[in-house]
Amino acid sequence: MRLSIGPIQYFWERPRVFEFYDQLAHSPAEIVYLGEAVCSKRRLIKPEDWLAIGRELRQSGKEVLLSSLTLLEAASEVGSLRKLCGNDEFMVEANDVAAIQMLSAAGKEFVTGPGINLYNLRSLRLLARKGLRRWVLPVELGLDTLRDLQSMRPERVETEVFALGRLPLAYSARCYTARSHNLPKDDCQFKCLDYPDGRMLETRDGQEFLVLNGIQTQSAQTHSVLGQLPELEALGVDVLRISPQSQGSPRIIEIFDEARNGAGPEVLQQELISLLPAGACNGYLLQRAGMDHDDSQAA
Amino acid sequence: MELVCPAGNLPSLKATVDNGADAVYVGFQDDTNARHFSGLNFTGRTFEKAVHYAQDRGRKIFVAVNTFPRPEGFSRWQAAVDQAADYGVDALIVADMGVMDYACERWPDLRLHVSVQASVTTAEGIRFYHENFGVRRVVLPRVLSIGQVAHVVRESPIPVEVFGFGSLCVMVEGRCLLSSYATGRSPNTYGACSPASHVRWEETGDGTDTRLNGVLIDHFGEGEKAGYPTLCKGRFRVGEHVFYALEEPTSLNTLSILPRLREIGVSAIKVEGRQRSPAYVAQVTAVMRAAIDHCLQDPASYRPRDQWMRALGSVSEGTQTTLGAYHRPWQ
Repeated sequence: MRLSIGPIQYFWERPRVFEFYDQLAHSPAEIVYLGEAVCSKRRLIKPEDWLAIGRELRQSGKEVLLSSLTLLEAASEVGSLRKLCGNDEFMVEANDVAAIQMLSAAGKEFVTGPGINLYNLRSLRLLARKGLRRWVLPVELGLDTLRDLQSMRPERVETEVFALGRLPLAYSARCYTARSHNLPKDDCQFKCLDYPDGRMLETRDGQEFLVLNGIQTQSAQTHSVLGQLPELEALGVDVLRISPQSQGSPRIIEIFDEARNGAGPEVLQQELISLLPAGACNGYLLQRAGMDHDDSQAA
Repeated sequence: MELVCPAGNLPSLKATVDNGADAVYVGFQDDTNARHFSGLNFTGRTFEKAVHYAQDRGRKIFVAVNTFPRPEGFSRWQAAVDQAADYGVDALIVADMGVMDYACERWPDLRLHVSVQASVTTAEGIRFYHENFGVRRVVLPRVLSIGQVAHVVRESPIPVEVFGFGSLCVMVEGRCLLSSYATGRSPNTYGACSPASHVRWEETGDGTDTRLNGVLIDHFGEGEKAGYPTLCKGRFRVGEHVFYALEEPTSLNTLSILPRLREIGVSAIKVEGRQRSPAYVAQVTAVMRAAIDHCLQDPASYRPRDQWMRALGSVSEGTQTTLGAYHRPWQ
């Protein structure tokens, strides 16, 4: 199984982004997804910057893709998407059906990200005819469904699983980070910059439950499939996706690298959990509530 | 502008038709639709009666087959499509591209609408469904401002339906996993959000806690009316403050912008609420009918009447209403 690095879901200062990808160049990850998939107001990194970062990573031997915005609202966002899909250097990860339409109309192969609902074989086969090269299993689906899909998936289509990261759970017209500061979205003052791993939302009895990341809502716990790597390998999963966090990502990538190469999971699991901002969950993969965490299976 | 109203059972269906709905939408009694609640929806003979009741009175009936099947359940979705087609319904409302692919191959003459659950917000996205499945209408998610809706209507190859009244999803539909994260039951695959099976009301020393699969969604003090724990409408702590971090209990109400919706070319107005009572759908349908008629006859002088606003306010969540994302400052 290859390791991929998903797009940065948060809004980071420019130097942090460049530093992150500098470090990645020397990591064991084989694939890197670049770009802004959450909020079109986050423009500290320009499209040409992403292309430059992509070229450098490609020089270091990485497969590079550009991720598209997940929720499209304004005409200007569709315009940016058109430019993204029109680039001739990198394959695009479609996170909305508008991107699929543009890419397939142009005869380009593409990857579908977690923002695309592919729940059954008929949908997979349809997109395979349109140029699907790899798809990310929707994060709420478990091993049982993955097994059914893998057993009959179209030829030449690779499967990627969201392996480590706070789960992208929802997208809205409303910016919740701005709202939590009593600001409207149109005057958000880029508050997301203050929360490089999102802003915690707790229940009134103190349970860390969700994380506000602009217009996106995430799980507070970090979804981790580290305990299920043998099952995923046996099911023929091609790629494991690691979603960037502000601290610890280089070591997290190494942990997954060691685990895929057969290192015992117990010690790695302990170390991994110590690197996560609010603990782990893995319920979705086990056909349960996504927030559940099964220690016995997770080892 | 067509008025499209919800019905979860035969009395509700009759109420929508009798109160002036142009079309009524229903679902079957299983997980193939996004209001999969016990005691709700249609099977066999009642479905046949429903189709006749609407069509004999010159109204249309749509069937929502708008959840996402996984491989082991796909045949159930096919059966739902077949049953709707067999009974001659006027349209299917579909979210999953695999189900659409099946429907347009097996029933090429059956009219397909893209469900709000398909999460399509752009003309490019609409084109995907139009070119691949010949869909003839799209229902837009409740995430676009009125200016953005106008742009999509202008560019869309097919007519556009928008939500006019009812409970408000604040997340883009079809891509909201909050309830599935907390309960394991997904609106996308199971067809219910914040399902009653996972709800607990607990009396505490100083009021009532409402929980969803154990997660505290809200606490109500003595004398405060405890609301249903819909996940996105609870009170949570962010930083120092406890507040409705995502959205207040409130309903969408577009009476004040009906002339604008007409002007930009919206083809149909949808009312949410297949899970609501016959009395509710009767009242909402009657108000929306009166308002749309007035708006179409004389858009320049149209104003929402106080009695309409009061009637809709009284049946709204938290007895308050909002324009939601249509109104930019809400965002």
